[in-house]
Amino acid sequence: MSKMNTTPEQEHQATTADDEVLVSVRNLRKHYGADSFLSDDPVKAVDGVSFDIHRGETLGLVGESGCGKTTLGRTLIRLETPTSGEIRFDDTDITTLSGSDLKQWRRNAQMVFQDPDSSLNERMTVGELIRDPLDVHDWKTKSERDERVRELLEKVGLSENHYFRYPHQFSGGQRQRIGIARALALEPEFLVLDEPVSALDVSVQAKILNLLRDLQSDLDLTYLLIAHDLSVVRHLADRVAVMYLGHIMELGETERLFENPANPYTQSLLSAIPEADPYAESERITLRGAPPSPRNPPEGCPFSTRCPTKIRPEKYRSVDDDVWRAMEELRGILRERARTDRSIAMIARELLGLETRLSDIDEIVEEVFGGVDLPPELSTHVDRVVHEVTDGNPEAAQSYLKREIGGPCDTDTPEYYTVDDDGRSSYCHRHTAEYDPPSPTLRSE
Amino acid sequence: MSRTPEPHPATASADETMLAVENLQTVFHTDKETVRAVEGITFEVREGETVGIVGESGSGKSVTARSIMGLVDAPGRIGDDSSIEFRGRELTGMTENEYREVRGSGIAMVFQDPLTSLNPVYTVGNQIKETLRVHQGIRGDAADEAAIDLLESVSIPDARRRLDEYPHQFSGGMRQRVVIAMALACDPELLICDEPTTALDVTIQAQILELLQELQEERNLSIIFITHDMGVIAEISDWVNVMYAGEIAESGPVGEIFENPAHPYTEGLLKSIPGRFPDETYLRTIDGDVPTPTESPTDCRFHPRCPKKFDACEEVHPAPVDVESGRGGHQAACLLYPDGLTREAAVKEHERQMEDSDTEADDE
Ligand code: SF4
Ligand code: SF4
Repeated sequence: MSKMNTTPEQEHQATTADDEVLVSVRNLRKHYGADSFLSDDPVKAVDGVSFDIHRGETLGLVGESGCGKTTLGRTLIRLETPTSGEIRFDDTDITTLSGSDLKQWRRNAQMVFQDPDSSLNERMTVGELIRDPLDVHDWKTKSERDERVRELLEKVGLSENHYFRYPHQFSGGQRQRIGIARALALEPEFLVLDEPVSALDVSVQAKILNLLRDLQSDLDLTYLLIAHDLSVVRHLADRVAVMYLGHIMELGETERLFENPANPYTQSLLSAIPEADPYAESERITLRGAPPSPRNPPEGCPFSTRCPTKIRPEKYRSVDDDVWRAMEELRGILRERARTDRSIAMIARELLGLETRLSDIDEIVEEVFGGVDLPPELSTHVDRVVHEVTDGNPEAAQSYLKREIGGPCDTDTPEYYTVDDDGRSSYCHRHTAEYDPPSPTLRSE
Repeated sequence: MSRTPEPHPATASADETMLAVENLQTVFHTDKETVRAVEGITFEVREGETVGIVGESGSGKSVTARSIMGLVDAPGRIGDDSSIEFRGRELTGMTENEYREVRGSGIAMVFQDPLTSLNPVYTVGNQIKETLRVHQGIRGDAADEAAIDLLESVSIPDARRRLDEYPHQFSGGMRQRVVIAMALACDPELLICDEPTTALDVTIQAQILELLQELQEERNLSIIFITHDMGVIAEISDWVNVMYAGEIAESGPVGEIFENPAHPYTEGLLKSIPGRFPDETYLRTIDGDVPTPTESPTDCRFHPRCPKKFDACEEVHPAPVDVESGRGGHQAACLLYPDGLTREAAVKEHERQMEDSDTEADDE
C-alpha cells in the first residue's frame, strides 16, 4: 500500500497542477424515475461522482454492466439531463443547457457507439451518413461538406470510393470507422467512446485502437473511454476511473492502478480477468453474487454486499471465518429475496395469503448453517430472524441483522482518500488508520 | 486433467477417447454461393479433458460445435467423408430421433445467450424437471429433489424457492447457471460450451469458469469450450485448437500454444492482445481481413495476411504436421514446419500428406 492521507478529499484533484482541465464534473447524479407502478424507487444510475478530464488525455471508465458508466458518458455530453450536480466544459457550465445553446455546444462533444450497426442508418450511403451531422448543423457550403466527408474517409482509413456504398457492404471494423468519421465530422474536442471495440474480433480491435490513438494526437482530442474490457483501457487510457453501482471507487494513473490497486473492488475486478498465460499464478478473489440493483443500493458502501474485506463490527472479529461467511450469506438471501423482481401473480398470491415468499425459512437456515458451529450469541440472532420471517416480517429480519451484525461498511458512506503520491483516490473505510488497509489477501475482519 | 504428450488419435487408446472428429466438413450451399464453413478438421477430446477452440468470427468454431451436436440445418450439410465418433459410435448420418437421444444423455450444449435455451413462460423448476423426466425418467417428488440438487450443484443459493421462479427473475450469470444445470440434467459426459461467458461481466465470468472446473472434477466431464477470448482459453483449456477460415491452424497443449506459438496466425493473434507489449504505443495488428471461404483450398488460407509467406504458400495447401518432427503433440498447418526440415523438404512433406488424404478419401 502506498501512503495514506486520512483527510477526506471530496473532489479529485488534478494529477499535475499544469494540466489544463477540459471537463470538470462535480457531485453529478443521474436518477431515473419510477418506471413501474409497483415500485417508486428511482434508479440511481450515477450517484454523486466528481472528477476532471484533462485536455488531450484519455480517461478510462471501467465497471460491470449496470454500474452507470454508460449513463455517465451520455450525461457528460448531455444526451441525458443530470438530476443534480455540475458539468463544466472548458469553463462553461453545460449542466442545464437546452435548445439551440445545447445544439451549438454539441459540436464540441460527440460519441462513438459500441454497436456501429444500430447507429448507422442502413438506407444511407456511407458518404451521406458522415455528411449527416454536417447537414444537421448547417456546416458551411454543400461542396465544402462533400470535401470534408472525403477528408474524413481518408482520416479513418477508408477510401473515397467508399462514399457511395452502403454500410451493410462493410465489415464490423469498417463500420466502426464510419461511426468514428461521423463523430469527428464537426471537429469536436471531446469524444466519449462507448465500448468502441467490444463487438469486434481481437485482430480488428487492435486496428481500431491504433486508429483512435492516431486521431487523438493528430486532432488534439480528449477521450472518455468506456469499456468493460480492462486490457483495452489499460492500453489506451492515461488515467482510469473504476465505477461500481453509480460511484467511482478508485481513480488514478493507469499503470499504477493496474499494478497496485488500492480499493477492494478494483482488486476483485482485476483479479477476475483471465490472463492470456496458462501459467499465470492468479490469486483470484471470486466475488459472491451479483451487484445489487441501482434501484435499491445498499446504505453505507456500495460494495458492502459483496466486498471480500468488509469490516466486521469489533465484537465479532474473533468469530470463525466460516461462521461469519454463513451469517453474511443469510443476509444475502434475505436481500436477494427482497430485491427479486416479482411478477404480479406472485404479488397477488402473497396478498391473498396463499404463500409467502419466505415460507421455507427453516430450510434455508438449515442449508446455510448446516455443519457450522454457531456461537450462542449469533444463534440468538438467527432465531430472531427465523421468528420475524415466520411472522411475515422479512424486512424486520433484514434490518435486525443489519443492526446486530452490520459494521461501518453497512452504515456509513466512505470518503475519498488519497492513496498515492500521484493523487489517486479510493473510496473505502479501510484507508483510515482505524482499520487494516485493504489488501487482496485479506479476509473480512 | 493434463494430457500426456502423445495426442495422436491413432495412438490414444479407445477407452479414453470421448469424441473423435475426423475430416469434418460442413458446407452451406445457397443459390448465391457456397460457404465452406468447416473444411476437413480432425481432433479428439479425451475423458475429463477440456479442449478449447479459439478463433475469430467466421473461423468456423461455432459451426464445429453445431455439427457435433447434429444442429446443422439446411442449407448446411456435413460432408460424406466426415466422421464424428462419440464413445465409438458414429454420429454423422444418424436420424433426428437417434441424435435426440445422444443430445439427451451423452452430449449437452451451453450457448452464449442463456435465453435461447430457456422458455420464458415456464418456471425454471418445470424446465429442469421436464428434462429430468424425458432423459432420466425421474418424476414427482424425486424430480423436485433432483432439480434442487442440480441448482445447488451450480451454486444457486436458496435453490428450493428459486425453482418456482421464471427465467426473467434471474440475473444474467444466474441464468447461465440454470442453463448449465439443465445441461447437467441429461447427465452428459461431454459438455460443449459455445461462448458461455461472453455476454457476462468479468466477475461473473470468473464464477462460471470456476463452476465449470468444479463440475468437471466432480463428474469427470469432458468439455469443449469455444471462445474468441485468449485469456479464457488459457485459463480453462488443457488442449487448444486454433481455428482460422474453417481449418485448424494450430493445435497443442495449452502451454505450448501460448509459450511457443508456431503458426503465424496464432502468433499474430497473441501479439494483438492489448497489454502484451506494455511499452509499445501501438498494438500489433494482422493485415487484412478474415476471408469467407467459398472454394476448397489449394493454398494456405492465411497467405494474403501472413508476414512469413513465401512462394509455395500460394500453391500448396498445408496439412497439419508436427511442429518438431518426431515429437508429437503440437501441430501446425503451415509450410514452415516441421522444424528442422529444409523448406523444400517441408513443402514436399505437406504435398505428400495432402495427396495421402486425398487418395484415402477417394478409396472410400
Ligand atoms: S468500505 Fe468496506 S465494504 Fe466498502 S470497499 Fe471498503 S472494506 Fe469493502
Ligand atoms: S503456410 Fe505460408 S502463408 Fe501459410 S501460415 Fe505458413 S508461412 Fe504463412
